[in-house]
Amino acid sequence: MKFSDFINSDAICAELKAQTKQEIIEELVQSLLDSGQIQADQRDDIVTSIMKREELGSTGIGRGVAVPHTKHPSVENLVGTVGVSETGVDFDSLDGERVQLFFLLISPPERPGDHLRALENISRQLRDETFCRFLKQSRSSGDIEQLLKEADDSQFVS
Amino acid sequence: MSTESITATVTVLNPQGLHARPADLIVRLANQFQCQVEIGKEGEWVDAKSILSLLTLGAAQGTELGLQATGPDAADAVAAMKTLFTEGFNELGEPIDA
Repeated sequence: MKFSDFINSDAICAELKAQTKQEIIEELVQSLLDSGQIQADQRDDIVTSIMKREELGSTGIGRGVAVPHTKHPSVENLVGTVGVSETGVDFDSLDGERVQLFFLLISPPERPGDHLRALENISRQLRDETFCRFLKQSRSSGDIEQLLKEADDSQFVS
Repeated sequence: MSTESITATVTVLNPQGLHARPADLIVRLANQFQCQVEIGKEGEWVDAKSILSLLTLGAAQGTELGLQATGPDAADAVAAMKTLFTEGFNELGEPIDA
């Protein structure tokens, strides 16, 4: 699976303003709403269910990266977006580091395989420290889109 | 001085596969042991003490994974890890909001 299979380029948030976990998730979900990926009346429920998942254990997986996610019956396909916070946010990460890079995923409940493959792709690409650093340094959605595209094109290298 | 190395095969049993939360559980468990613990699939071995590495396995339900621990408490680590897999990361038999 490639980034282009689940990251909607119109929903990329190059400069997240949020300063808390709740706000970060709201901002990312809002961008999916603004880009037409989710339904307006589902927004609050999606945010709540992502926060509930965080309560089970932070999705801050280290290296300044978090993958907040949930299953939700209102989506037919895996939808996701990327956000970058210049200052980083306290996300209760497993390594205690502030999180700068967010991959938010919403998947249909009956498709656990797609969610796994998206996580696999994200984690494989982020093992490349240069890619990870460039993403965190991105200040425009165009830059992020370009980086994701380059990662997609060279995915067989890793 | 010999360094003990223990291997085993485990299977991912839970319907959601080895997603972020099971990966977290594996890392927390592996970190309780001094030994090096590796998990592998199709010739690719990753550090069981790194979530990012575990997620690269993309291991779905039914996937068989190799387990290898090297170090003084390797036997205990493998036994504990096998139990975690056998219990399906506590996700068997109940719908879990992943």
